[in-house]
Parts: sequence; structure tokens; C-alpha cells
Amino acid sequence: MSVATPPIDLHAAQVRKFKLQDMFFHQVTLLFAFIVLAALAGILISLAIEAMPAFRQFGLSFLWTNVWNVPEDQFGALSAIYGTVVTSIIALVIAVPISFGIALFLTETCPAWMRRPLGTAIELLAGVPSIIYGIWGLFVFAPLFSKYVQPYLQTAVGDTPIISGWFAGAPIGIGILTAGIVLSLMVIPFVASVMRDVFETVPPQLKESAYGVGCTTWEVVTHIVLPYTRVGVIGGIMLGLGRALGETMAVTFVIGNANRIVGSLFAPGTSIASTLANEFGEADPGLHISSLFALGLVLFVITFIVLAISQWLIKRGIAKQGI
Amino acid sequence: MNLYTRRILTNRIGIALSMVAMAFGLAALMWILWTLFYNGFSALSWDFFTQDTPAPGTEGGGLRNAIVGSLMIIGVTTLVSTPIGILAGIYLAEFGATSKFAATTRFVTDIMLSAPSIVVGLFVYALMVATLGGFSGWAGSVALSLIAIPVVVRTTENMLLLVPTALREAAFAVGAPRWQVSLKVTLRAVKAGVVTGILLAIARVMGETAPLLFTALNNQFFSTDMSQPMGNLPVVIFQFAMSPYDNWVSLAWGGALLIALLVLGINIIARVLFRNKSSA
Repeated sequence: MSVATPPIDLHAAQVRKFKLQDMFFHQVTLLFAFIVLAALAGILISLAIEAMPAFRQFGLSFLWTNVWNVPEDQFGALSAIYGTVVTSIIALVIAVPISFGIALFLTETCPAWMRRPLGTAIELLAGVPSIIYGIWGLFVFAPLFSKYVQPYLQTAVGDTPIISGWFAGAPIGIGILTAGIVLSLMVIPFVASVMRDVFETVPPQLKESAYGVGCTTWEVVTHIVLPYTRVGVIGGIMLGLGRALGETMAVTFVIGNANRIVGSLFAPGTSIASTLANEFGEADPGLHISSLFALGLVLFVITFIVLAISQWLIKRGIAKQGI
Repeated sequence: MNLYTRRILTNRIGIALSMVAMAFGLAALMWILWTLFYNGFSALSWDFFTQDTPAPGTEGGGLRNAIVGSLMIIGVTTLVSTPIGILAGIYLAEFGATSKFAATTRFVTDIMLSAPSIVVGLFVYALMVATLGGFSGWAGSVALSLIAIPVVVRTTENMLLLVPTALREAAFAVGAPRWQVSLKVTLRAVKAGVVTGILLAIARVMGETAPLLFTALNNQFFSTDMSQPMGNLPVVIFQFAMSPYDNWVSLAWGGALLIALLVLGINIIARVLFRNKSSA
């Protein structure tokens, strides 16, 4: 009796076919993953190429030169970098404590049935497009701010040295401070979500032990939860910073778009993103457009570094859960 | 004040402040929504949907060209970013457990989720507008796709990783090849989650203005030609809100309300859809 060989061959052929298909499938999905990676590399390379003429003309001093003169083709990034950094710092100073409060409320004191709807509401705030924040900031917030808050701030600080300089000048509503405040509203949901997620990684035994020895909620949060989640919390703050640095539309509406550096936070200024939004469409080919690309490159590199650090920290913060 | 009272007091103040913070967040959301309804609702009329954007200084007008343009640009964006995002997500989940390449891609995708969208606009300008001779709806779609793809990739991957290994092994055990396991078993098991990801991506790009400024630009007239500059809601809102004409500003509020309703509506639908499927 001979062994029936044909079926075995058929099976082998089938396996070969499947193997080929699988290899093909693997390579195709790999290709698409590669596209995603290539897009990032493409952004960096194309910005660098387009920015070359500006850097060749002005050298690295482009980064710390405070001049933006379109007719005379003199460009420097300092005023835009200053506006970007200062508005982001203001945004964080406001957003971090509020986000912490929201995360604390959602994880510790909120009744269980309210947790989901309130959490969703905060996440919806993150979903509101930035142009909506912009139009709201310009037409609703800025007028109220100039009428009720700015004069009050000026009288409140009076002649205090240094601080009075921050609030000097005409209370016109739009300016660096307003941009920072609107930005803070935009980053609160992102920072609060990360903080809530890392707060939830704290093992209940740790918290319950602390409650067991008589700690108050506040003490549990400041002595147990915060030290335990420090890394993730900093990661969340960095994520907010990365968001704030690159935000365009909301800032463009309310920052006032003046390419200069003034000590007062009430004064109009500009940020990298708002300069791009305002000028790129009408820029002349040549040095102007190349300088705008250089600004874009600077923004991209800064936000890339900040976001990379934030991702690394958030991952470490969440991974702790396993311990 | 003794220690005990001080601890209680600190606790009460801390908790109260956290509630204030929560109320502040909710109030901001309410305030913005209320403003939108208050200013935008009156602009939503029949004309709003059937007339094109008015010329400077003329009365009336609507946003028909911008609405149609936005729908077309976003439609193409969805068609482009869905397959790319899903396949890249499958790679990360099914083949990318150990490889360095997958780890890098994952890292980059996470950064792209928060990267400044205006830079994406600059990139597409350099890539398509400067080289192909002009602003176009296609360029706008490419820019938006670069923003949508990371959202789809990450949700697809996260959803696929939730599929129990036993399900995969069962499919392998009956002799299914890997591609069939991926496409016909695991991907199907997380269909709702993937659709959620696509919806969130659409909601994300719907209000994106910055990447469209230098790609799709704007078009005052009704046009369905994707190779020409194309009207779209976000850019029209930006231009009209900054303008001195009352009817333009009113239309900008109407457009802002429309976008906000769509974005929030999609967000809520996506959440409900996902919750129903995941709890079932």
C-alpha cells in the first residue's frame, strides 16, 4: 500500500501560498507604517530645505535677532519666539493648578455617578476647535477683559516695582496676556486628562493605608498620590506646554500681531504660529518666505523636543501601574 | 489653632478649591457654547445653506460654497487616512510587538498627535503648492490627512491590542493565515473601536484651520474642482471674523456654531458607539 502523497503536496502548496500571502500582508502593513514615519521626516527635511536661504543670510543669529522688517528683508525670530514662550508660560501658570484641581476632584471627591459625565465634559472642551476659542476670545473675552479685569489689575498692583511693568499700558483687551489666558483654557483638558489617568494608577492599598492612619483627602493627595505620580504629572504638563507652543488660531485672533517685544503683558505681540498664519499667505518669494519657513522649523523642533520628553515621561508614569 | 483643626481646614480648603477648578472648567465650556448659540443661531437660515459667501460690502449671503468645500476636503481626507491609518495600526499591533521600527513609529505617531498643525500646512505648501503650481483642494486634503492618520493609527492599534490572545490563537489553530486572522477576525472584533477612531479623526480635522490656510486657501465662489483653491468653513470663519462687515462677522459666528455642533456631535456619537459595543 502506498501512502497517499497528493494530499500532502496539496497541503504544502496551501501552506506556501499562505506564507506568501502573509509575507505580502506583513510588507504592506509595514509600508503604511513607514509612510507615517516618512511624513515626519519629510516635514523636517522640507522645512530645513526651505529655511536654508534665511539661515544662510542671517546665520544662527536669526534666532536671537529682534527685527522683522518685510520691506527691507531683515528678519529675526526673537519677537516671535518671545511671544510664543511667554504666552505658553502664562497658559501653564493658569492651567496647571486648575487641571490639578479638576483631576483631584474627578479621582477623589467626585461622586461615582458624576465621574463619567464630568470627565466627558472636560474631554469635550479638548474637542472644541481652536478657531472657536479664537472667535470667542476676540469678541467675547477680550472686551470684558479690557473693561473689567485689566483696569482692576493695574490699580491692584499699583506702583509695585517689576510687577507694575507687566500690567502697564492701555487696557485694550487683546495682547500677550489675553492670548495666554485663552491658551490656558485650551490646554486645561489635555493636562487634566493626563493627570486624571496617572492619578488612577496609584494602587488603592497605598491610599487606603494612608486613610487608615487618619490622613485627610488633601494629605493623601499631596503626600501619596502626587509623589507617586510625579513623573506622569510632569509629562502631562509638558504635553500642555507642547500644545500651547504650537497653537495657532486661538492665539492669532487675540495676540494683536505686532512684531515687537514690549515688557508689558497687556501689549500686543506675536507668536511663531500667529506670524505664520498672518504673513505666509501674502509673503513674497525669497527671503521673507524662507524666514517664515525658518520660524516653522524652529517651532517644530521646539515642540518636537517638548512632546518627546512628555511622551517619555507619561509612558514611564503609566507603566508604574504594574509594580 | 491646634494641629487637628488646621489639618481639617487645609483639607476643606483644598477640596473646595478643586471643586472651584472643576466648576471653572465646566463654566468655560458652557460660556463658549452659549456665546456660539447666542451669536450664531440667528445666522443659521435657509440662505446660510443655499447662498455663497458674499462679496465685500454686499448684503446677505451664505456659506454654501464653504460648506460643500469643507465636506469634499474632509471626505477625501477620510478616504485617504482610513486605509493608511488602519493598515499602519495593524502593523503596530500584529507585527510590531518587538521591533525597533514599530517602537519608533509609535513614538512619532504620538508626537504627531500633538504637533503644531500649522507646520503641517507649511510642509504641504512646500510639497504640493509650490511645486504643482497653486493652492488646491487636494493639497488641503493631504494636509488634513497628515493630521487624521495618527489618530486612526493609534486608536486602531490600541483597539487591536485589547483583542484576547485566545481569539487569535483559535483562528490560528484552525489553520487561518495571519492576514486572514488580522482582517477577518481581530479587526472585525474591534470594528466599533476602529469606527470610533475614524469619527474622532474626522472631528479633529473638521475645525482645523491652520493647515488649510496655505493649502486649500479659500474660494469666494462655488466650486467642486479639487485642483483649484477651495472654499472651506474654517478659513472663511477666520477671514470673516476679522473683517469689518457686520454680515461677514455674523456668518462667521454661524459657521463657528455649525462646526462646533458637528464636532461635539461626532465626539458624543463616537463615545456612545464605543461604550455600547465595549460593554456588550
